[in-house]
Amino acid sequence: MTDPVRPVLQARGITKFFPGAIALADVDLALHPGEVHALLGENGAGKSTLIKCLTGAYPRDGGTLELDGAEVAPGSTQESQALGIGTVYQEVNLLPNLTVAENLFLGRQPRRFGLISRRRMAAAATELLQGYGLDIDVREPLSHYSVAVQQVIAIARAVEMSGRVLILDEPTASLDRDEVELVFSVVRKLKARGLAIVFITHFLDQVFAICDRATVLRNGHVVGTRDLSETGPRDIVHLMLGRQLESEVRERHGGQGGEVLAEIDGLGRRGMIEPFSMQIREGEVIGLAGLLGAGRTETASLLFGAVHADQGRIRLRGRDLKLKGPRDAVAARFALCPEDRKTDGIIGDLSVRENIILALQARQGWARPVPRARAEEIARGYVRALDIRAASLDMPIRLLSGGNQQKALLARWLATEPELLILDEPTRGIDVGAHAEIIQLIESLRERGMSLVVASSEMEELVAYSTRVIVLRDRVQVAELAGDRITAENIVRAITDEDREVA
Amino acid sequence: MIRSTSLPLIVTLATFVIAYALCASAYPAMLSSRVVANLLTDNAFLGIAAVGMTFVILSGGIDLSVGSVIAFSGVFLAVILRDTGIHPLAAFALVLAITTAFGAAMGGIIHYLEMPPFIVTLAGMFLARGAAYVLSVDSVPITHEFYDWLQDIYWKAPSGGRFRLTGALMVLTFLAGIVLAHRTRFGQNVYAMGGGVQTARLMGVPLGRTTIGIYAISGGLSGLAGIVFSLYTSAGYSLAAVGVELDAIAAVVIGGTLLTGGTGFVAGTFFGILIMGLIQTYIVFDGTLSSWWTKIVIGALLFTFILLQKGLTWATTLRRRPAPGSPMPS
Amino acid sequence: MAASHSPLRRLAPQLVILAAVLALNLAVFPDFFRIEFQNGRLFGGVVDVLNRGAPTAILAIGMTLVIATKGIDLSVGAVMAIAGACAAKIVADGHGWGTALAGALAAGAACGIWNGVLVAWLRIQPIVATLVLMVAGRGIAQLVTEGTILTFLNEGLIHLGAGTILGIPTPVVIWIALGAGVTWAVRKTALGLLIEAIGINAAASRLAGINARVLLTCVYLVSGLCAALAGVIVAADIKGADANNAGLWMELDAILAVVIGGNSLLGGRFSITASLLGALIIQSVNSAILLSGMPPEFNLVIKAVLILAILVIQSPRIGHWLYILRASGGDPAPRRAKTVKETAR
Repeated sequence: MTDPVRPVLQARGITKFFPGAIALADVDLALHPGEVHALLGENGAGKSTLIKCLTGAYPRDGGTLELDGAEVAPGSTQESQALGIGTVYQEVNLLPNLTVAENLFLGRQPRRFGLISRRRMAAAATELLQGYGLDIDVREPLSHYSVAVQQVIAIARAVEMSGRVLILDEPTASLDRDEVELVFSVVRKLKARGLAIVFITHFLDQVFAICDRATVLRNGHVVGTRDLSETGPRDIVHLMLGRQLESEVRERHGGQGGEVLAEIDGLGRRGMIEPFSMQIREGEVIGLAGLLGAGRTETASLLFGAVHADQGRIRLRGRDLKLKGPRDAVAARFALCPEDRKTDGIIGDLSVRENIILALQARQGWARPVPRARAEEIARGYVRALDIRAASLDMPIRLLSGGNQQKALLARWLATEPELLILDEPTRGIDVGAHAEIIQLIESLRERGMSLVVASSEMEELVAYSTRVIVLRDRVQVAELAGDRITAENIVRAITDEDREVA
Repeated sequence: MIRSTSLPLIVTLATFVIAYALCASAYPAMLSSRVVANLLTDNAFLGIAAVGMTFVILSGGIDLSVGSVIAFSGVFLAVILRDTGIHPLAAFALVLAITTAFGAAMGGIIHYLEMPPFIVTLAGMFLARGAAYVLSVDSVPITHEFYDWLQDIYWKAPSGGRFRLTGALMVLTFLAGIVLAHRTRFGQNVYAMGGGVQTARLMGVPLGRTTIGIYAISGGLSGLAGIVFSLYTSAGYSLAAVGVELDAIAAVVIGGTLLTGGTGFVAGTFFGILIMGLIQTYIVFDGTLSSWWTKIVIGALLFTFILLQKGLTWATTLRRRPAPGSPMPS
Repeated sequence: MAASHSPLRRLAPQLVILAAVLALNLAVFPDFFRIEFQNGRLFGGVVDVLNRGAPTAILAIGMTLVIATKGIDLSVGAVMAIAGACAAKIVADGHGWGTALAGALAAGAACGIWNGVLVAWLRIQPIVATLVLMVAGRGIAQLVTEGTILTFLNEGLIHLGAGTILGIPTPVVIWIALGAGVTWAVRKTALGLLIEAIGINAAASRLAGINARVLLTCVYLVSGLCAALAGVIVAADIKGADANNAGLWMELDAILAVVIGGNSLLGGRFSITASLLGALIIQSVNSAILLSGMPPEFNLVIKAVLILAILVIQSPRIGHWLYILRASGGDPAPRRAKTVKETAR
């Protein structure tokens, strides 16, 4: 894009190393006044690392940052704020217990005779928010208002404190359609005021609705910057996922699968995922595709009872199954490897062996401990079968690498001999070797007659092992692909809404 | 207009009014200015300590050292007035300086060593009580004409109640506390920390300075409470004021402050103190009820207020979307 | 389990500290280690430490389990008072000591379940939930004793606190047996593992199918039972139930014993043996101060300094510094720092 105006913020060659990995490699980013610039990429592509480098939350390992042509090097978010770079995050970073006015003016309250003048503060806050089209009682606590209103207040605070560049890190991730519109109206106002705005989101329609340009990151590299008036969603998805989307001819095995294991009928939870139905057969891998935030994880959590469904039902082999929590799911021989290994998966300080037998032990109950020898045998077996690299079975699992942790979690669930194995992003953040092994494992489990539901953002992967693929968009099932129709091309088409299929 | 945050305060006020009305209907004498004056005088030291505790709890912390610091201050005053010729006012200043520094040191340890306030102030509790023992194991009487003079200052209400200096000092402390909490940046920072330490840090709240300030205030006010207590008892005794921190915490919670921090009012604590004092006065008036009912009733009140706050928290979190993996209230 | 391959290494710091404090005892009182057998009972400095440390040790057993789940039980002191009062009341009403013990334990169990329900079902922070009983408990105990120190002469009950079994003071036998029994119970079943899992990562434990609610309630129940037993012993020792002073501040000693035992207040891995050693260390310090002829008033100051020293060593920040000194990879230190804040607030 050739813009005669000098960029407000110009980042050149930003590089960031993490132990053993390059998080950002030579990233350039130019922000012009009055533009909304989308920053896109799947999880782990480097978006948040880039933001943290721009705002000084992380020290850079290379590259320069220019604000209005002058080189700057903010050392903290406070410093970058003072320079004019404000940030708003997905989780509202304001204090729910303080009033709206107190949140807006924390640290810079108007004072009279040395004391805070609450009246002046309230008046100033009311006036300020009216400028953003919000007419609310600023003396109510922040928690009194919806997330969208809180987001607008956070934006207002960020703009007031900085005022040159505004970085919006997934501000709409937990908003519904009307609420998104409220935030957008504010973004448009700010754009008209000449701010340079970075907008991060996983919702492509939002990108096209509000952004002027988009920069796509993948694996820490910029793979392209596009003017959105000249580009379509498919091009962007191609950039993001970066695969050759020519449908690879794959030998498909398995086919239809065996008997019906479970029937899901209208399962859903308000505000989280729209009701969905599906049939899960034995010896079948159902892939859940969709962009981040489309409802993959939510579907998996609901199936496992990790989150309580408020509607619909599950029938297991023709019998009604009530899931009040994961315990019921485990009892019904369901298993779930969650997306966030660290917080929801591993028990960091327990040993590898204890982590592997944990689910089995929980199902057996406390009174029937898995004997030490048996635990050793199970753990050894899986360590060998899944090639888990651990110096010792006694070492805390948190010391293992991501791939080995993931395999240990798989072992935990395989030890319970599940009938339905739900995997949420089984290959995220693990090295290439482990990646291939896990895919192979999925295939062999299917061949043994296990039913699997796999949610993944790796399309190539889904195409490789799924017997059916369910595509989600905006928390709704939009398509189901089977057999030869499972191609990356078709998945992308469903994601980008070019060709709506019958769900 | 009733705001959701002020609901606990309103409940506290209503509790106080209803309790007082019930007491007065049973014993009309409880309406006399004498009872009111005694309510203020008897609870002055507890009230002053509770103001400090309110700040600590608002910030999401806890201070277990309060009772020990009160005892230490009393013994320190008694010993120093007995053994040296310094004027009580100078001794007061010394006590306040020591206790404030003591609190600040605990705040510093909590912040810089990232240790839980519970444990740090537990150590502080032992240390202060131990220091009091070291100074004197026995009760040391305070006989100083300045003390007599201070104790003789009172305003006699027409109906006979004597409003003493210490009661006025407590009311002044509460007023200062209210201004500090609601009208200064420091006070706002305390609330901010109680709302969420990480967020407060991101919003530019100076955590170290605020934490040290909070515990310094609590320490200093405990020292002041110790001075008031020594005026009240005319003695310093290292075994005195045992468990005052619990009473202070109870008063804060009954006053509508969330024990997890972030919401509450200094003014609420005042009524929390009055409610607790009222229970005691009622038991004295009744004569047949035993003193232990005080503890049971206070415990029950505590439980009610904790449940009330839990209910309010649930009501607000229910509006938010659940995150997978996190336990759901189902 | 953490140290199943090297239990000695896990206990080494506690053993070293205990040895040092015992040596100090010996230094100030040369006859400290002499044990005599008189009137069918063992006497001696060490026996005294073991005997006097019994209430703290018994409380520490329950407290260890509670703290392993990332909780805390502030009410144990008050529960001791309640249980002592109940036992005294029951024998005063003419029942036998067995009934009295059962009644006291039942009262402790009720208190424990109350705490457990508040924590596990109503999801009230443990420190807040157990505060209720800490405040009200002594009132309840006084309600039972009707405000007096309820004395009793029941031989059986007194035997629990002041008697001997094979020449060994009964409290010593009780706490060693209880410690061994509970250790055996949590390690021979899966309870220990499941408790640790909840303390380390509650969300992941739930997803693994662990029934956290029931387990948490049980843990507080055990703590209540231990407190009741300690309360009966203290009452039996003085042949009376003092609702005001029985178990006063014992909860702090118990927490201290657990912490000195090297168990993290943030939950997770625990060792009951280490907590028991912690209780013995506290009692040995008391004994050393007493035997040295130093005025007992220094007891608290020394205790405070001891806590601070041990805690500073355990502080995550210091741990982080040591960690950086050792210059290895990974990032466990920041994670712990974060959890400290969470539990602290």
